[in-house]
Amino acid sequence: MASKFLLVAQREYLTRVRKRAFIVLTLAVPLLLAGFGVFIAKIASSDNESTDVVEVRDDSGLNVASRLVSTPQLRFEPATGTLAEAKKGFQKAKHDGLIYLPSGLDVENPVGVQFFGKGNISLKKQGAVENALNKAFSDLKMQKSGLSQEQLDRLRSKVDLQAISLDETGKEADSNALATSGTAYALALAIYLFIFIYGVQIMRGVGEEKSSRIMEVMLSSVKPFDLMMGKIMGIAAVGLTQFLLWGLLSFGASSVLVPLLAGRDKAKTEMATATPSATSASPDVSQSTSTKMDQAMSGTSKQGATVMTGRFKAFEILANLPIGTILFGFIIYFLGGYLLYGALFGAVGAAVDDQTDTQQFMFPITMPLILSYIVGVSVILRNPDGPVAFWMSMIPFTSPIAMVIRLPFGVPMWQLALSIFLLILGFIGTVWVAARIYRVGVLMYGKKVTYKELGKWMFYKG
Amino acid sequence: MKPILEAIDVRKAYANHVALSGVSLAIPEGSIFGLLGPNGAGKTSLIRIITQITGADEGEIRFRGERLNPGHIAQIGYLPEERGLYKKMKVGEQLLYLAQLRGLSRADATARIKQWLNRFEIKEWAGKNVEDLSKGMQQKVQFIATVLHEPSLIILDEPFSGFDPINANLIKDEILRLKQEGATIIFSTHRMESVEEMCDNIALINRSRKVLDGPIGVIRDQFKTNTYEVEGRGKLLVVHPDFEVVEQKERENGHFYARVQLHAGVRPNDLLRYLIGAVEVEAFREKIPSINEIFIRRVRETMPETLVEETT
Repeated sequence: MASKFLLVAQREYLTRVRKRAFIVLTLAVPLLLAGFGVFIAKIASSDNESTDVVEVRDDSGLNVASRLVSTPQLRFEPATGTLAEAKKGFQKAKHDGLIYLPSGLDVENPVGVQFFGKGNISLKKQGAVENALNKAFSDLKMQKSGLSQEQLDRLRSKVDLQAISLDETGKEADSNALATSGTAYALALAIYLFIFIYGVQIMRGVGEEKSSRIMEVMLSSVKPFDLMMGKIMGIAAVGLTQFLLWGLLSFGASSVLVPLLAGRDKAKTEMATATPSATSASPDVSQSTSTKMDQAMSGTSKQGATVMTGRFKAFEILANLPIGTILFGFIIYFLGGYLLYGALFGAVGAAVDDQTDTQQFMFPITMPLILSYIVGVSVILRNPDGPVAFWMSMIPFTSPIAMVIRLPFGVPMWQLALSIFLLILGFIGTVWVAARIYRVGVLMYGKKVTYKELGKWMFYKG
Repeated sequence: MKPILEAIDVRKAYANHVALSGVSLAIPEGSIFGLLGPNGAGKTSLIRIITQITGADEGEIRFRGERLNPGHIAQIGYLPEERGLYKKMKVGEQLLYLAQLRGLSRADATARIKQWLNRFEIKEWAGKNVEDLSKGMQQKVQFIATVLHEPSLIILDEPFSGFDPINANLIKDEILRLKQEGATIIFSTHRMESVEEMCDNIALINRSRKVLDGPIGVIRDQFKTNTYEVEGRGKLLVVHPDFEVVEQKERENGHFYARVQLHAGVRPNDLLRYLIGAVEVEAFREKIPSINEIFIRRVRETMPETLVEETT
C-alpha cells in the first residue's frame, strides 16, 4: 500500500535527520571544506607570490647580468666580492641562488655557466633561471647581428593559446579540457560517495531492524517490498537533504570566508604602502621599497585580473558544456545507480545476522563500484570515447559512474538511450533479486548464510 | 459461536522440512484459543500465515468468512515470540508509527497511546528512547503496540515468556478485559500449563499436524480416566472388585496419598462409601488430566512413531 510505503520512508527520513550526528556532520563538512579551500588557496598564492632572489656574478665581460630580466617570481641581483665570498654571501643574505658566469664565455656557445643553490635545486627554479639566461644570450646574439633594442622589443610577442573545439555541426565552442574533466570528475565523485555513504546506511538500517527483532512486527503490517523500498527512498531523501545542505552551506561559507580573508590581505598591503611614504627618512630606501611595492601591487592586480577573466572564462566554458544533457543524465544515473546498489546493500543487510559477516557479501557489491570509479578517473577521463568507456557506460553496475564521466565530453544520443535503458533493466533486476533475498533473510536468524543459500532464496514461494 | 478465523487444510513446506501438513482449525469469536504444541510443531508457521507474513502453499484462511487479504491486517494484532522495538526511537513516536502502519489515523492513535500509557503508568516515559527503558517497561510498550489499534483478533506467541511475574499478571488481566470487550485471543505456546486455565478452546499440534482440538472442557471430559485422588489416614486395600489403587504413597503420622481408578460402571460415591468405612478421609477429588498429559497420551495414540521428548 502506497501510504505504508510513505510512512516507512518518512520514519527513515525523520529519525535520521533529527539525529545529532546528522546535524553536526551537515554543519561541519561545509566549514571543513571552506577552511580547506581557503588553506589551499593560501598555499597556492604564497607559492606564487614568493620571489626567489638569485645573485649574479658576471666575470664574462659580456654584461649578461644587466640583460637578465626579473619577474615577480625571480629577481636577479648583482653579487658582491669574489666568487668564494659570493658563495657564502648569498646564503648569508638568505637569497636562493648564485649564477656564476666565468670569464672568456663564448656568446655563440656559452659553456660553463654555473648555478649554486641552497640545498636541492628544484626543476622549476632551474628551468626559470635557464629561461632567463637563454633569453639574455639570444638578445646578445641578436644585438651582435645588428638589431637595435627597440627592434628586439618589437620582435618579441606573447602567445596565449586558445583551444577551440569543433562539434559535428561545425559550431565552435571554447574547449577547456580542465573544466570538462573537472566537471566529469566532480559528478563521478558525487555519485560514488552518495552510493557508498548511503548504501552502507541502508545495510546498517536493515541490520538494526533485524538485530532489534522488530522485523516480525513490521512484516505483519507492511509488505517486505514496501519496507525495503521505503527504507531505500527515505535514506535517499536523507542523502539528498545532506548533499543539498552541504552545497548551500559550502557556498555560503566560502562566500563569507573568502572575501573576509581577501579583505584582510588587502588591508595589509595598504598598511605596507602607507608606511614607507610616511617615514621617508632615507629617500633612497623609500624609493626602492615603493617601486618594489608598485611592482608587487601591479603584479597582484594583474594576477587578480587574470584570475577574474579566468573565472569568467571558466563559466563561459561551463556554459558551453551540454548542460541540459549533463543535468538530465546526472539525475538519472544518480538515482538509478543509488537504487541499484541500494537494493543490493539492503539485501546484504537482510541476509546476515551479524554486521561482521557482511564482509564476504560486501566485496562483490563494492568491487564494480570501486572499479568503475578508478577506471573512470584514470582511463575514461583520458579517453572518453574509447572501448573501455563505451562498455563500462553500458553495463548497469558501472554505468552510473562511467557514463557520468563521459557526459561533459559529449555522448552520442543512441548510446545514452541504450545505457539508460540497460540501467533501468538493471535496477529492476537487482531490486527484484534484493526483494526476494530480503523477504527470506529478514526472518532468518542464527544461520550462517552462503551464496548457495542466497540462490535458493530467490525461488522460495511467497 | 461463529468462527472469527478458519484455517482449511493449510499446508506449508520449507526447503528442508514440512511445517504444516493439512491443518484445519476454527477459532470461535470472543474466545481465548490455545494453539499448543512443542517447539517446532508448526505453530509459528501457522501464525505467520495468519498474519500474512508468509503465504500458505495450499489451503485457505478465512477471516469472518472472507478469504484473508491485506485489508484484514488492521483487525489483527500480533505479539511475536521475538520481541523487539526500534531502540533509538522514542516510545510515543514508536507507538504512533506502528499504529499508523496498522491503519490508525494520527489523531486516533495519539489519543489511544495516551490512554494506554496512563493505564500502564508509564506516561512519563513517552518521550524517552526505548533503549533507556527497563526490560519490564519495554514489554509493556510492546504489548501496547500489539493492541493499540483495537484488533478483533489478537495473536500472542509465547505470551508470558520474557515477562516478569508482575507484568505477566498485568498482561493476563488486560487480556481478560480485552476478551470481555469482545476480542478474540490466540495463545500460542509450548508451555501448555501456563495458559490452560485461561483457554476456552485449544488445538494441539505436533509435527506439522493437528492432533486434537475442541473446547477445553469437552477435551478434558473425553480424557478423564475415572481416577480419583484420595488423602487420609490409614491404609487402603490394594485389591478390590470395584476399583484399582494405581498408586499409594505413605506419608508421616499414618497419612497417605492414593490414586484410585474406578472400574466401568462404578460411581465415585461407591468409592467414597467404601473409603469412609475403611479409612479417615481428608481429601477426595477427581483427577483432571492436564493438557500436557492429554497431549502426550494423544500423541502416543495417534502418532506413536513421533514419540515426544519432554514437553516442559
